[in-house]
Amino acid sequence: MSTTAPGAKSANLSSPTPAKREITTKPRLSDKVFRGVATAGGLSSLLLLGLIFVFLAFQGFQVLRSEGIGFITGSNWEVVQDNVGNTDLSASTFGIAAMLIGTVICATIAVIIAVPISVLCALYLTFYAPSFIKRLMVALIDLMAAFPSILFGMWGYFVLMPHAEYWAKLIHKYFEWIPIFKMDVDIFERSPFVAGVVLSTMIIPIITSISREIFSQTPLDRIQAAYALGATRWAMIKAVVIPYGRSGVVGGAMLGLGRAMGETVAVYTVLNLVYQINWQVLIGAGGNVASMILLKFGEAGPTETKALMAAGLALFILTLIVNSIANVIVTKTGGKGR
Amino acid sequence: MSNSEAQDPLDKGNEKMETTTPSSLSSVAANAAAKRKPGSGALGVGLEARGIHAWFGDKMVLKDISLDFWSGTVTALIGPSGCGKSTFIRTLNRMHEFIPGAAMAGDVLLNGKDIYESGTDVTKIRLKVGMVFQKPNPFPSMTIADNVLAGLKLAQLKVQNKDDLLEECLVRAGLWAEVKDRLSAYGGSLSGGQQQRLCIARSLAVRPEILLMDEPCSALDPGSTLKIEETISELSSTMTIIIVTHNMQQAARVSDYTGFFLSDGGPGELIEVGPTSEIFSRPKDVRTENYVTGRFG
Repeated sequence: MSTTAPGAKSANLSSPTPAKREITTKPRLSDKVFRGVATAGGLSSLLLLGLIFVFLAFQGFQVLRSEGIGFITGSNWEVVQDNVGNTDLSASTFGIAAMLIGTVICATIAVIIAVPISVLCALYLTFYAPSFIKRLMVALIDLMAAFPSILFGMWGYFVLMPHAEYWAKLIHKYFEWIPIFKMDVDIFERSPFVAGVVLSTMIIPIITSISREIFSQTPLDRIQAAYALGATRWAMIKAVVIPYGRSGVVGGAMLGLGRAMGETVAVYTVLNLVYQINWQVLIGAGGNVASMILLKFGEAGPTETKALMAAGLALFILTLIVNSIANVIVTKTGGKGR
Repeated sequence: MSNSEAQDPLDKGNEKMETTTPSSLSSVAANAAAKRKPGSGALGVGLEARGIHAWFGDKMVLKDISLDFWSGTVTALIGPSGCGKSTFIRTLNRMHEFIPGAAMAGDVLLNGKDIYESGTDVTKIRLKVGMVFQKPNPFPSMTIADNVLAGLKLAQLKVQNKDDLLEECLVRAGLWAEVKDRLSAYGGSLSGGQQQRLCIARSLAVRPEILLMDEPCSALDPGSTLKIEETISELSSTMTIIIVTHNMQQAARVSDYTGFFLSDGGPGELIEVGPTSEIFSRPKDVRTENYVTGRFG
């Protein structure tokens, strides 16, 4: 029997375990009101997302039912009209496999190019840049993140594309043995690679901004611990900052990937849309769901518009899937470095 | 200079600050060490702070601190919060300059060489003058073993046998018995006191000559504090230790010399320094007496 404090009643050890008490608090009115407002705000974004989803699903249902799984596995987009000018749904084919795959390819290229640049930029800004350069660059990068994408597209088309084509030729020359860099046709213009380069310029600001934020939150005591052990700045960054910031950088990259996948206008400007699955990223033939919707939207009849809605739904789901995967990756890579 | 002539070497060093040369310094150091530790032969190095001033922005936080630290001794720096003790020891291994707006004046001589001289490789200085911080700060992404050996990797040092070094450092830090079966667990899984001893082991692995400890026990429970004090006593036979502490009993327990810092609202100043027994039993300055007897602070 354990000792009991003087004056305290000794615990009766034979008594049964008591039932767990229900712990409640009575919120004040102001708390209730704020809770309501916050809940409404929180749910409204969910509601918006749900409404978009329902709208797209409703509009695209007819086409999806007639196409079946072929909608995402096929690559033909043919609109057949009957003699009065109405679209014949059963004779037409709508398949967006090439567009879906092209979307992922372009976005992946963009992220692969953008992540190293962004991380270096963020490290420079956090640990090397003099304060006036830092302030100026942070402002500029934030501005860049809010830049209209058509400007990226135009600049990409007129300025970046010729260079990107040259880089593509170099890559092709030295890395032809890698299947994705092979060229069955000798067209370098408007390839997924070029689109990826242009997209990367758009997502660099986002990834830089997020990476910088997380790097600057690295606990000072760990940084000092590394320096006190005779670390150079680079050694300190490798041992402390990178492990701490890794999950944040992955999160930023995934946000960039999301943006790259949904980007419409810039890709539309530089990418040659072709209804054929193409894994050879240097060839001037690619796909992109959002750009395709933009391309077709103006001249589409009622049925084709519905098919485009279904394509939108597919993009929506693809983005959700990629974001979920991203979340899993962030959770997996986080934790032990923090 | 014979042993009998040697009065308090720290006071002497202070008075003669302007004229002491490295060579005479080492003879005084030898003297001091001989007096403190009869028979211990290994010495000959010292750390000497001369006329240290420090600023944060325009605010002067330290004014004209001169202090010598002899090999194989433990020096405690005491004083109320905000008197610049931590800032002072951070000037001794050039950690002070990491704080934005921080500036300093004066010289810090390590084995007679100014560590602030331009062209000095500051990473080498920090290898010789190690530091343990107030808050335990192991690297959470590394295992216990990797934490201890982190300094080797960070400073790109080579050792023959890492396992021996790992064990030696953990033994010296008084942590070996508690962690020897889980060296591959993460550093963050230890208790606060264990983490702090892990940090001590980590600083020992690069074999510093001098160890700076900035209130190493202020975040710890009495049991862990005791263990760390034992560690300090253990280490003091082979290295120079400078410890900042708020705990006067701790200063009395672990140190050979004690320096008392005080700020009257302006920059912190060194009021008095001497053998610990004298500072606590018959201080020369009335402010020291008031502080060590608990009348303020």
